[in-house]
Amino acid sequence: MQTVDLRGVTCPTNFVKAKLELEEVEVGATVEFLLDDGEPVKNVPRSLKADGHKLLGLKETNGYYVLTLEKAE
Amino acid sequence: MANPKIDLKNLKAGGFIKERGKDLFTVRLRVPGGRLSVDRLAKIAQVAQKYGKGYVHLSVRQSIELINIHFADFDTVVAELGEEQQKVASCGARVRVPTACGGCEYNPNGLVDTQKAALEVDAKLFGTATGHHKFKVCFAGCPFDCPKSAINDVGFQGAIWPKLDAGACIGCGLCAKSCTEGALAMGEDGNPVFTGENCIYCGDCVKVCPTSAWEVEKRGYSVRIGGKWGRRPLVGTLYATFLPEEKAVDFIAAVLAWYQEKAEGAGRVRLGDIIMREGTASLLERLRQDFAEYLLEETIPPQVIDTQLPLRAQEEKTCKR
Ligand code: SF4
Ligand code: SF4
Ligand code: SF4
Repeated sequence: MQTVDLRGVTCPTNFVKAKLELEEVEVGATVEFLLDDGEPVKNVPRSLKADGHKLLGLKETNGYYVLTLEKAE
Repeated sequence: MANPKIDLKNLKAGGFIKERGKDLFTVRLRVPGGRLSVDRLAKIAQVAQKYGKGYVHLSVRQSIELINIHFADFDTVVAELGEEQQKVASCGARVRVPTACGGCEYNPNGLVDTQKAALEVDAKLFGTATGHHKFKVCFAGCPFDCPKSAINDVGFQGAIWPKLDAGACIGCGLCAKSCTEGALAMGEDGNPVFTGENCIYCGDCVKVCPTSAWEVEKRGYSVRIGGKWGRRPLVGTLYATFLPEEKAVDFIAAVLAWYQEKAEGAGRVRLGDIIMREGTASLLERLRQDFAEYLLEETIPPQVIDTQLPLRAQEEKTCKR
């Protein structure tokens, strides 16, 4: 599974980066994003969901969040 | 010079405010909710350039004011503004132009359509004579309350009541983390636990949830009544919750009718002061006739803000010491 580290990237750049990364993977593939606590974890998951991707999980580990999602069309 | 002929009907509803200079007036324009098309704005600019001082003033209540208008130009100013459907506002003892924030259309915090509400109130109630004093209405899209609803005679604040679809929850904990009111905590089973008494209806949980496990069960307005600013400020208090958006106009009309009746003979007194005199129960009872479902059992009177003036009493205390 591909992991995209978006820690240290602020809003809304992190979301735009996530979109660009997702363009590179196939539909149905699972991708993992590392997100900072605070605004990034509040904004990026719901924006990606609004884009139609399927959120599989969101867990806190060592002060940051790991978001797993399945790429949609 | 003989007075030029002017249509006094234009003056009657107010909106023309005497300035310091001889024969000069400020003309207050009607901009409900603070939104206007660029075409209207361009027309206003044109008129201001032609008849005014070359600048306009943005009033605290979202009106545009033309400055330094000679009274002989009133009719032409009104006619030219009318080409873009721009109307003149009111002043005096009337229902004023309602104010509103951007609301839900483009503001991510907005929970209700404040702009629509402001236009509706403007169309149906603007300019209604109260017989007593001015009457201000405002619409805030959410509990952040940028337009300051509690200092209006009737102030509306967008609100939602959240409901959890536990099946859709992935236990991420974001909602509990986002709720600043202590209404949400993560439970043993990994699902959030809701404590309704602490909820202020802000909708942050709904907005932050990445899987839409939080849904909106109820949507409407929290309504506060009796607020005002000025020399003797009062903070309006809560009378209704989750009042449906489409009932806002009728609700205001009911409050207005109570005010018109109870302030009879009181002179120039604002609604909040009449509530202080009559008690909240009387107004609650009146509103219960049509809005029972949304009405609070009881409420508190408008809250006085101590301005600390005059200082006389304080001085006396100091002298006695
Ligand atoms: S009151 Fe809420 S919706 Fe309205 S401008 Fe403020 S934050 Fe936005
Ligand atoms: S609506 Fe606001 S106050 Fe109520 S539970 Fe959700 S986040 Fe907390
Ligand atoms: S934000 Fe949504 S998914 Fe996350 S714990 Fe709260 S309800 Fe569950």
